[in-house]
Amino acid sequence: MVAPSVARPRSLPRFSGLAWRRARWGYVFIAPWIAGFLAFTLIPMIATFVFTFTNINLAQAEPVRFVGLKNYETLLNDKQTWTSLGITFKFAALALPVAVILPLLVALLLHSRHLVGSGAFRILFFLPYVVPFVATVFIWGGMLNPETGWINYALEAVGVANPPGWLEDPGWVYPGLMLIGVWGIGAGIIVYLAGLKGIPTDLYEAARIDGAGPWQSLRHITIPMLTPVIFYTIVLSVVEVLQYFLVPLVLQEGTGEPGGSTMFYNLYLYKNFFTFQNMSYGATLAWLLFLISLIITLVLFGTARRWVYYAGEAR
Amino acid sequence: MTAFSVAGRGLVGRRARSASGSRPPRERGDGAKSFLLTLIAVLAVAAFLSPMLRSMSYSLKSLEQITQAHSPLYPADPVTFQYQGEDLTILNVPLPDGTMRQLALFEAGRRRSAFIDPQNPSAPPIEWQGSWRTLDPVWQFAPHWENFGEVWDLIDYPRLLFNTIAIAVISTIGTLLSCTLVAYGFARFRFPGRGLLFTLLIATIFLPAAVTIIPTYTVFQKMGWVGTWLPLLVPAFFANAYDVFLMRQYFMTIPTEMDEAAAIDGAGPFRTLISVVLPQAWPVIVAVAVFHLVYSWNDFFGPLLYTAGKVDLQTVALGLQRFNGIYYREPGLVQAGTLMTLVIPVVAFLLTQRFFTRGIVITGVDK
Repeated sequence: MVAPSVARPRSLPRFSGLAWRRARWGYVFIAPWIAGFLAFTLIPMIATFVFTFTNINLAQAEPVRFVGLKNYETLLNDKQTWTSLGITFKFAALALPVAVILPLLVALLLHSRHLVGSGAFRILFFLPYVVPFVATVFIWGGMLNPETGWINYALEAVGVANPPGWLEDPGWVYPGLMLIGVWGIGAGIIVYLAGLKGIPTDLYEAARIDGAGPWQSLRHITIPMLTPVIFYTIVLSVVEVLQYFLVPLVLQEGTGEPGGSTMFYNLYLYKNFFTFQNMSYGATLAWLLFLISLIITLVLFGTARRWVYYAGEAR
Repeated sequence: MTAFSVAGRGLVGRRARSASGSRPPRERGDGAKSFLLTLIAVLAVAAFLSPMLRSMSYSLKSLEQITQAHSPLYPADPVTFQYQGEDLTILNVPLPDGTMRQLALFEAGRRRSAFIDPQNPSAPPIEWQGSWRTLDPVWQFAPHWENFGEVWDLIDYPRLLFNTIAIAVISTIGTLLSCTLVAYGFARFRFPGRGLLFTLLIATIFLPAAVTIIPTYTVFQKMGWVGTWLPLLVPAFFANAYDVFLMRQYFMTIPTEMDEAAAIDGAGPFRTLISVVLPQAWPVIVAVAVFHLVYSWNDFFGPLLYTAGKVDLQTVALGLQRFNGIYYREPGLVQAGTLMTLVIPVVAFLLTQRFFTRGIVITGVDK
C-alpha cells in the first residue's frame, strides 16, 4: 500500500499523494517531541525574554506589569553579577583544559596495546560517572577535608608542611572543585576511545614505514584524526562549565563560602529565581548567560573549519 | 602499528571487529612496556577511586574512632583487656628502656598512670610517668555495619527508595515511549522540514537549561504542580534530544527491507514499528532505559526545585543532602548514607555496561 520512500528521486523533494501520506505519518511520530519542544523549550525561551521586561516576583503580591529596561539597568549596576561572571570564567579557565585533556590521556593509556586488562580499567575509570552527583560531592568533601582528608594525609606523608585548606580556602577552592569534577571524565574517556578505535590502522603502518616514532604518530596522526571528538568535547564542556553551580550549592549550601569565592554566575541566578523568587531579574541573568554561551559556541563552530578534520565530507 | 582490538572491545560487543585486524605479535621488550604501562594504570585508577575507598572506610567507622586523632585509616575499635570485671583500654606505652609495649590502662592519671601487662595480669601494676592522654590506643579492625541500619531508619530510607524508584520507572517509561516514536519518525519517514527539525532537536543539547527553567517553573507553580512529582514525570513523555538521537542512529542501521515486506503485507507504520523495528532494536532500548534510570536516579536539581519542603515526596539524592545538613558532625553516618545512594546506579551500570558505553559512543561520536 505504501511506496517506500527510498524510491523517490533525491533531487526532487516534491511529494506525490502517496509520499504525502507517508510524510504525514512522519509528523505524527515526531509530534511528541514537537509538542515538548514548544512547551518546554521554545515558548519558555521566548517567555524568559519577555520576563526580562516585567516585574514578575512570586514572593511579592505586586501586580505584574512591564517595567521597560529596568531589569537591564539593575543588571548593569549589579556588582555581584559581574563578580559571579568573573568567578565562572576563572573556574572555566582552570577546569576546561582538564575536562578536555585528562580524558584524552586516560583514553590513550587504555588504548595502548601494551596495557593488560584494558576492559577492566575502562569500567573502573567510567564508574564514578554513574555515582549520583550529591554522593560525589560528599565523598570528595571528605577526601578534601583539610584535617581528615586523604589528600592532605598524602601531602603530609610526602613532606608538605602546610597542606592547603582546599574547599575552605578561597585560594584553593577552585582546584578543589576541579578535583571533584575529575570524577566526571568517564563519558569523555569512552568517546575518545571510540574515536581512537576509528582511526584506520594503515595510517600508522604507513607512518612507521616512513620512519615515524610513536610521538610523531601521536602528533601527526592520532591528534588530527581525533579533532572532531576533541571539538565535540570542548563545545559540551564549555556549555557545561558556564552553567556550573550545583557542587557549590550542595557543598556550601549556596552561601558562596569561602569569602564569596563560590558564588558562581548560575548559583547567583538560581538564588535570584528560586530563593528570592524574583523571576524577572532571574530571567535577565538567564538571558545574559544564554547570549554568552551562544556567542562562545558560535565562535567555536566558526573556528572549527580551521582545525577540525572531517574525513571525506562533513556530515 | 597499533592494535585496535584490545581497547573498546565492549563497544562493539564481544566479537572484535574484523576490520581492526588482529593483534600484532609482541616485540622484544614488550613485556617491560606492558608491565610499566599496567603499573601506571593501576596507580592512576587507585588514585582515581581512592575517595570511594575512604568513603567505604568511613561508613564503617564508629564516631569514637573518627574523633580520635592518629586512628587508623581502616574501621577499627580500641583493643580492650578484661581485668577484674572491667574493660581496660590497651595503649602503646613507651617504656624508659626505649621499648614500646602494649599495656592495659589500669589507673589513669595526668602525671603518672598504672598499667597492667595483659601477658602477665597477675604481676603488680607497672608505674609509668607522663600523661596517658598522649598515648595512642591499640586498634583492631572492626567494621561498624550498624551505621547503615542507623541511616536506614534516620533517613526513612524505604520511603526515599520508593519515591526514587517510582519517579525513575515512570519517567523511563515515558522516555522510552516518546523517544521510540520520535526516533522512528526521524529515521524512517521523509517529510518537509525534517532536516531543520532534526537540527533543532540536536541544538537543544547545547542550550543552557537556565534559559527555559524560569518560565517553566513559574507555570508549574501557577498550575499547582510545584510540590508534586508531575514536573519530574510529565516532560519525560515528550522525548529528549539525547535519547532520540541515540535511537534514531540505531534504527537507521536496521535494514528497511523487512519494513517494506511488512508494508506489502498490509502492516501500517505502527504495526511495522512494533513487530519489525522494535524486536531488532532491543540493545538501544536497554541502553536508553538504563541511561534514563541512572539519570533520573541521580537527578538533583529537578527534585530540588519541585519537591523542596515536601519531605514525603523526596528522592534519595535530596534525602542525602537533608541528612548531611542534620548529621554533618557524624561523617560515618553521612558516608554510609552516601554509599546507600550510589549502590543502585553503580550496580545497574555494571550489569549493563556494554550497552551503556555503546550508547555513549553513538551519542558522542556520530554527531
